[in-house]
Amino acid sequence: MQHTAIADQIDTMHDPDTFITKYVWSQDHKVIAIQYGLTAVFVGLVALVLSALMRLQLGFPDSFDFIDPNSYLQFVTMHGMIMVIYLLTALLLGGFGNYLIPLMIGARDMVFPYMNMLSYWTYLLSVIVLLASFFVPGGPTGAGWTLYPPQAILQGTPGYDWGIILMLASLAIFIIAFTMGGLNYVTTVLQARTHGMTLMRMPLTIWGIFTATVLGLLAFPALLVSAIMMMLDKVIGTSFFMPALVSMGESLDYTGGSPVLFQHLFWFFGHPEVYIVALPAFGMVSDVLATHARKNIFGYRMMVWAIVAIGGLSFVVWAHHMYVSGMHPAFGFFFATTTLIIAVPTAIKVYNWVLTLWRGNIHFTVPMLFAIGFIFTFTHGGLTGLFLGNVTIDLPLSDTYFVVAHFHMVMGVSPIMVLFAAIYHWYPLITGRMFSDTLGKAHFWFTFLGTYAIYLPMHYIGVLGVPRRYFAMGDTDFIPESAQTLNASITISALIVGLSQLIFLYNIFWSLRYGEKAAHNPWGATSLEWQTKDVPPHHGNWGDKLPQVYRWAYDFSVPGAKEDFIPQNHPVSPEEHTAGEAS
Amino acid sequence: MKLAIALVLLVIATLLFHWLSPWWFTPLASNWGAVDTTVDITLYITGFVFVAVNLFMAYAIFRYRHDPSRRAHYEPENKKLEIWLTGITAVGVVAMLAPGLIVWADFIDPPEDADIVEVVGEQWQWSYRFPGEDGVLGKVDSRHVGPDNPFGMAPDDAAGRDDVLVRNKDLHLPIDRPVKVLLRSKDVLHDFAVPQFRVKMDLIPGTVTYLWFTPTRTGNFDILCMELCGIAHYAMRGQVIVNTGDDFNAWLAEQPTWEMMQGRIAGDPSIGEGQYAVCSACHGAMGEGNVALNAPALAGLQGWYLERQLQYYKDGVRGSHKDDIYGQQMAPMAAMLADDDAVRHMVAYIESLPAVDMQSSLLGNVAKGADHYVTCGACHGGEAQGNYALQAPKLSGQHDWYLKRQLANFRSGIRGAHKKDNYGNQMVLMSRALHNEQSVNDLLAYLNTM
Repeated sequence: MQHTAIADQIDTMHDPDTFITKYVWSQDHKVIAIQYGLTAVFVGLVALVLSALMRLQLGFPDSFDFIDPNSYLQFVTMHGMIMVIYLLTALLLGGFGNYLIPLMIGARDMVFPYMNMLSYWTYLLSVIVLLASFFVPGGPTGAGWTLYPPQAILQGTPGYDWGIILMLASLAIFIIAFTMGGLNYVTTVLQARTHGMTLMRMPLTIWGIFTATVLGLLAFPALLVSAIMMMLDKVIGTSFFMPALVSMGESLDYTGGSPVLFQHLFWFFGHPEVYIVALPAFGMVSDVLATHARKNIFGYRMMVWAIVAIGGLSFVVWAHHMYVSGMHPAFGFFFATTTLIIAVPTAIKVYNWVLTLWRGNIHFTVPMLFAIGFIFTFTHGGLTGLFLGNVTIDLPLSDTYFVVAHFHMVMGVSPIMVLFAAIYHWYPLITGRMFSDTLGKAHFWFTFLGTYAIYLPMHYIGVLGVPRRYFAMGDTDFIPESAQTLNASITISALIVGLSQLIFLYNIFWSLRYGEKAAHNPWGATSLEWQTKDVPPHHGNWGDKLPQVYRWAYDFSVPGAKEDFIPQNHPVSPEEHTAGEAS
Repeated sequence: MKLAIALVLLVIATLLFHWLSPWWFTPLASNWGAVDTTVDITLYITGFVFVAVNLFMAYAIFRYRHDPSRRAHYEPENKKLEIWLTGITAVGVVAMLAPGLIVWADFIDPPEDADIVEVVGEQWQWSYRFPGEDGVLGKVDSRHVGPDNPFGMAPDDAAGRDDVLVRNKDLHLPIDRPVKVLLRSKDVLHDFAVPQFRVKMDLIPGTVTYLWFTPTRTGNFDILCMELCGIAHYAMRGQVIVNTGDDFNAWLAEQPTWEMMQGRIAGDPSIGEGQYAVCSACHGAMGEGNVALNAPALAGLQGWYLERQLQYYKDGVRGSHKDDIYGQQMAPMAAMLADDDAVRHMVAYIESLPAVDMQSSLLGNVAKGADHYVTCGACHGGEAQGNYALQAPKLSGQHDWYLKRQLANFRSGIRGAHKKDNYGNQMVLMSRALHNEQSVNDLLAYLNTM
């Protein structure tokens, strides 16, 4: 079924003519995407610096006076929250979602451009409120990114007075921004696909972003209500999450609330959030792999169903974050089972990526390096998830550095590998310039090898039993001193990886001006975004006439075809082999 | 090409790192060998997949690297292959999941005859309660918690009278007896974790959670709080000390019951005044301290703190370190107090002395000191007034030169490192957050303003 009614209406397009309407209050999805992207990268750099501060303390304890137990927890908390929400979610959906959805499905823009603009400015407000917490008395909250009550709002936790209030307010604002953007993405994908763009012809990038957005729209409300309820507990003394308790020797007035209820709500959001980040990455990496291997993605239909299945299952696994939370222990059976079931569609995706490479004709371009690096890091991170998802193994490993290493591999390093792949892959389209290949490759090797040098050893620190969120380990009877050497080496790797991101920043900004002019469709890609008349695409994307789609997005190396790729908007010739038509 | 080699090398490096690494689970000390077996099964299966997928990928990208004379193979899907791969994966998943569920069923179902002990968590300390002779834990409620009733025992519940209360970070347990540990928190979330036992579970205020295990060898095993509980989370430590049955019983018999705690007599300042004559030689007639004799101010300090310190001196917990010159002077003085009653009388007298004003002896940046104090204030209070619930003494009204030396002593382990020094252990960890003399001076300059 195709919905082209909206797509065909070109008269309703707004017409930006001043600098302000073009670049500031812009309603063009491409400009909004770049605004989202730059803001996310900026705030992500803040979080990167925070992680370096943490690593300095862990690698070289007893050395720095500017990191104390109070500020350490603030760094931990802000690093985590910024990376997950304000960088990854915003960059993948607000950034790439915005840029790619209309272009890849052949639309002129999002269906609600004005709301799209509001979404960005609301997001910016949430970032400002978040960063403001660095400047209030007591500083930002140090409750950990999970913000578990009661401690998040009680004395004894950094930023329990102002920091937590700003954090909760910022999250609420972010969710409003996400909802405006998210409704837009979903509606656009469902209603504004161009002629011939059936759902099963959509590139996997769109499937990933679309499914992730649906997850977000269903999951973020759980975070919103928990933020509101915690705010009420904090500000007017309700007891949603607060039982009767004694804080700092004084009985407080709270009574009857449940701290575990917050955890259920938080993870009902928090687990889908993992896939809100992962699914767009899965989609984009699929397209990068296919394009640079000159081969169709292997098992497209299976890939689509795997994305949808993972998205669905992600709503019934949340309590695997809570095996040792004190919830009813019998929940462990159910959530361990659902969690390990999710490994099946996830494994299929990994197999299909690798099988896409098999019998391909692989160009080792910078995006491809990052994409292959992703398969490695994601395989590693996914497999360690099988430890933590299996309820019994959580007994020794929960709340240790094994968890930290696992989730950084699977939802830190892996999506970021894809983000780099995606930035390099679409850079010529977005900017009309090529980046420096040499710098891109250097960036890849530092990032890929460096992050593995951080996180592989970190799993072993966790297996030893070192807890996460500890300012210092001090002396114990069971942790050998050599663990400190390992920690120091992790810190050095982390600093190198952190610094090597300067290569990336230099590359993308330098190339903006001095990069070679990009050829039209330099990678020989099939999907629609590369088939626009102008590079970068102009406002409205398609000129007078929307493209007509005739085939799926993966007609690479079709036997008998003149070139090794056939764009989606090329009609099927009578003699052409059409086995690949998956619709 | 380079990438294919890199992938192969990374796989080899990962395997070597794993095999050569001295970093793995600490030796088991409980019945939960099945947990380790479950980990091993998962490790072998996932390890195989890791090696297989990555080596296959390395081969694929080497074998099918770009060649202008060749085209990629066009094969949209291969149903048979996909079904096979799905099937094999499902089998692997079942092989990992099944043992996990079986062990979990065992873990959540403690044996009928398990001993009972309650672990109480609060910011940032552990304490323990045994049910006593009747085998029943008395009722508790957070509303009853106070300085005289740290466990929140219900005053009129007869079952609680013989409960054994251990207000100490060390939990003794007998070997080879299954124990069901009931977990209770007074304030925020905590997590009772003992790495050698392979168990952990959160403590939740308002709820009682549990776990069980059987210690299988004697020795000391660290208890770590593994659920973020605030600024001093990392300093919330304890130990399980596994004894033979006899040693355990002897230890348990020494611990006070709730009834005994209620029956303690109050100190009499008039008796204490007589005893204080000896102390005044160094600490001054009004307990104001004396820099020349390195004696701190006593006036203004809380009684519970003085009592604990005097007991520590008597028991060799404090003042026994070979480098603690002044502590060594104090220890024989404290030993002159014959029994607990004498200590309490003395403390009652010192508590009656009015606080004195202090002269500052050093220069520091008050604003910077205030920043450093944020962490300290979590326990010692915003006005450095101290807090019984956190067992943190008052700092204001104390000589800065004394505080400076104590901080240095904590840092170097001269004070606080003794295994039985409950809260000193925490200060050892906390004191290491400040690293140079100027920072310490800044902090003390700030304290002098209070």
